[in-house]
Amino acid sequence: MLNVTGIQVFYGNIHAIKDVSFHVKEGEIVTLIGANGAGKSTILKTISGLIRPVSGTIEFLGQSIVNVSSHKIVHKGLVHCPEGRRLFLQMSVEENLEMGAYSREDFDMDAEIADVYQRFPRLKERRKQLAGSLSGGEQQMLAIGRAMMAKPSLLMLDEPSMGLAPILVEQIFEMIGGLNNSGTTILLVEQNAQMALSIADRGYVLETGSIVTTGNCTDLLNNERVKKAYLGG
Amino acid sequence: MTFLSYLISGISLGSIYAIIALGYTMVYGIAKMLNFAHGDVIMVGGYMSFIAMINFGWPPLLAVLFAIVVCTVLGILIEQLAYKPLRSAPPLAVLITAIGVSYFLQNAALLIFSANPKSYSSVIPFDALRLFNGQLVISGTTIVTIIVCIVIIIALNTIVNKTKIGKAMRAVSEDKDAAQLMGISVNKTISVTFAIGSALAAVAGVLLCSAYPILMPTTGAMPGIKAFTAAVFGGIGSIPGAFLGGILLGIIEILGKAYISTQLSDAIVFAVLIIILLVKPTGLLGKKVLVKV
Repeated sequence: MLNVTGIQVFYGNIHAIKDVSFHVKEGEIVTLIGANGAGKSTILKTISGLIRPVSGTIEFLGQSIVNVSSHKIVHKGLVHCPEGRRLFLQMSVEENLEMGAYSREDFDMDAEIADVYQRFPRLKERRKQLAGSLSGGEQQMLAIGRAMMAKPSLLMLDEPSMGLAPILVEQIFEMIGGLNNSGTTILLVEQNAQMALSIADRGYVLETGSIVTTGNCTDLLNNERVKKAYLGG
Repeated sequence: MTFLSYLISGISLGSIYAIIALGYTMVYGIAKMLNFAHGDVIMVGGYMSFIAMINFGWPPLLAVLFAIVVCTVLGILIEQLAYKPLRSAPPLAVLITAIGVSYFLQNAALLIFSANPKSYSSVIPFDALRLFNGQLVISGTTIVTIIVCIVIIIALNTIVNKTKIGKAMRAVSEDKDAAQLMGISVNKTISVTFAIGSALAAVAGVLLCSAYPILMPTTGAMPGIKAFTAAVFGGIGSIPGAFLGGILLGIIEILGKAYISTQLSDAIVFAVLIIILLVKPTGLLGKKVLVKV
């Protein structure tokens, strides 16, 4: 479904992503794990077109999206839920959800919003409030809800667990599993490797801009190097 | 009674400032740039309606529509040719370009229409309203200006809060990258904003020339600066702020002229701006944004 081949990304003189290749198949949950600054978010931004790679190819559903502008990539069904949530804080919860569906035509907005509210009842209680007035956990729910509104075929989630209490992390990950079960392919970027590997099918381990290990999640969970670096021994 | 009449003139002048300020503030809110050529689009609107009425012999309403269409196209062209290539340039480069566009428009007008002032005849055919046995006279232009301003502010508020493109404008204004990740085209949204702002400038040009019937290539410059002040005064980026700032500025200017000094009225206006910014740097209705991590 998504094929990334040999991408190189620079920030000025800094070689941020060095010859990274990976793929995501339809129906999978694939995770990119690695420490802070390993380049995980940069990879997602490159796929969604916010950053241009110097070389390499990115194909989504068989078409190259390397030189397609960000907003057009969304219309193809590839949706990026960015790090730090990036909600529209001056807009209400409901308006944020409406913005999520901006790329869609001919659909029932009310039904889709009701579907998100069913998954996140907290958001329904706060529908008229400004997104900026929500707690961190509620904001994360809204960010995921907003991304769901686009009905993505492939959803890229960047650090959905960041800054959340463990109980909320559990909830968010259950939610991600549920989305996957209902047919959404997921590319998950996480620092919380334990959680990410527990729900994903396959994983890639990233260190300073390169992929160092890959495999299915059970293997990675038992991999000595991964254990030592990311799972606390 | 004279106070009331000054107040009404102030509100009327303020309505014109408000309409211009809305253009400044919307473009600033969405493209994060100060379009200093905005004032000169007002002048173009004045000339276009003048030509349509005098040279083509069109009725006033048609002349106004003509001015709106020309200015809208001009606004989009300015954005595409001058500002779009500088989207990722430092803000100073964009600012200097805007000043350049402003001088370009003024000098193009000088070349085409010459420096001789044209005497503009009001597009508003209504007679003055006489109240209290003729003690209070309100001109038709004054009444129409205030009504037009109110209609515009209601229409803009509806567009921005209720329509898809309006919500997209707010999204782009808050976070360009996140807006793109929703599938919103930032370029298209900025174009629409310039189109709306320039159409408003055309309306302001017609109203301004109807109230102060001398049309020159520099006609838009001073009202442009004043309206910019009004936008900052109300909190730049905020639509209700531009409205409030414009009206207050008009009232302060007219009352200053009437009761303090005609020569000092502009100084009073800018002094008030300085005081407001010292007390509340974001302007009257400017927002302080809190970000949660």
